[in-house]
Amino acid sequence: MNVNSFSELVEISEKTGVPLDKVVLHWEMLDTGNAPEKIVEEASKLLAIMEEEYESKKGKTFKTLVGLTGTNSKKMLEYLPNTIIGENAFTAATIAITMAESNAAMGKIVACPTAGASGVMPGVLLTLEKLGVERQKLVSGLIVAGAIGKIISKRASLSGAESGCQAEIGSATAMAAGAATHATGGTPTQVANAAALSLKSLMGLVCDPVGGFVEVPCVKRNASGAVIALLFSDIAKAGVESVVPFDEVVDAMGKVGRSMPESLRETGKGGIADTPTAKKIVQDFSNKFKL
Amino acid sequence: MSSILEIIGPSMIGPSSSHTLGAMRISRFAYNLVGSIPQKVIFYLHGSFQDTYIGHGTWLALIAGLCGIKTDEPRVSKANEIAKNLGMEYEFEPIDLGNVHPNTVKIVTYKDNAHHEIIGSSIGAGRIVITSIDSVGCELNGEYPTLLIENEDIPGALSSIIRTISINGTNIARLNLNRASKYLKLASAVIELDNEVPNSTIKSLKMLDVVKSVMYVKPI
Repeated sequence: MNVNSFSELVEISEKTGVPLDKVVLHWEMLDTGNAPEKIVEEASKLLAIMEEEYESKKGKTFKTLVGLTGTNSKKMLEYLPNTIIGENAFTAATIAITMAESNAAMGKIVACPTAGASGVMPGVLLTLEKLGVERQKLVSGLIVAGAIGKIISKRASLSGAESGCQAEIGSATAMAAGAATHATGGTPTQVANAAALSLKSLMGLVCDPVGGFVEVPCVKRNASGAVIALLFSDIAKAGVESVVPFDEVVDAMGKVGRSMPESLRETGKGGIADTPTAKKIVQDFSNKFKL
Repeated sequence: MSSILEIIGPSMIGPSSSHTLGAMRISRFAYNLVGSIPQKVIFYLHGSFQDTYIGHGTWLALIAGLCGIKTDEPRVSKANEIAKNLGMEYEFEPIDLGNVHPNTVKIVTYKDNAHHEIIGSSIGAGRIVITSIDSVGCELNGEYPTLLIENEDIPGALSSIIRTISINGTNIARLNLNRASKYLKLASAVIELDNEVPNSTIKSLKMLDVVKSVMYVKPI
């Protein structure tokens, strides 16, 4: 079954009344030969890893490899009672930062879809779980997210080195927005709109890690990804549509990625990495560990 | 075609799929080739691996792989201490391997009197390519059980090797031949298989007159 667009999956689901996650599981079976039960079981395990890892890392400080981050998770958890943006959004951001800091400290993470963007999905799913969304629904959301990511990987890219941060945090955010929308009862069209709207809002984001390391600005971008995902899930469920459909947004993102100069594609040479402060940090660090 | 599980996963030790997970998978391939923990290993780092081996934890991932640690075990971050306890010596050296992928490492292992050399590149999203094993060129992703056979370069050699592999119902996924020396009539075959082969097959291969040596590497 050669599916190249998300709209095909949405259409099949809406025409037949078969839930979107089940359509994705059929596609997966025809494409890869994996049994649906096996995919559900594996997706459930990935969610369990997100749950366990967050529970064990919550409120901790981290000694990261380069030491540019590691205390933000704790600060944010303590600040939670004072939040202005709202408890749910701030919780999602806190979880996302926790997982991203843990990643930078060689913790166990789920690369959903990449290690650098691994805080976004747990930020969204674990916040929904706290709100009482059933676990089985979160797993079905994760499966739908897998289809969103797979379409992005087919039509564009999930790699910062190829297409900038829009392909990593942008894709993770589109996936998480789709997952949240599906898990909370949104229609397949709303899922596609949530994914399209969130990817649009991160279009053009460059990959500019200081020294090339997954710390600055990667960790904090996970927080914005998680909050943007929840925001556009809500906006899509309110009935707001993306004028440009998801598949075309993905194509546009791929095009933008291909036109990005190499300095903005994970080389640590442009953007935030190309600031006096960043350069000093890198100089000091590499002097310490030169081979 | 890739599974959605590769999109929403895998679980791994951070921080980078190309610099940490990929590096560790190359090193695990070397571990599977050696068959156990070597006494000494030298990692020659090329390109981006050389520049960022500390900040991406590449060095710990490389050590962890050769200690037989799995790619999602949290103790990867303590691999240097684990290697010490296991008695594995390690060194890191810079190298310029020329026109290869920036994330490339050459791993040289020593165990008793045997030594092995593996060159591998981490090509993104945790995927790897092993490009050389003991100076024999290849292109392996580490996902298939693999036989490395040195054989006489004479008519019928390959067919007797293939017959011996197939007799136990093992299917060949990919086959790559190299002529090592026309003068010495030596060739090498790198054979990727769909399933693991029993010890008896490896024994039968070693008994073939045309076969000089056989190495078997389990998938990562």
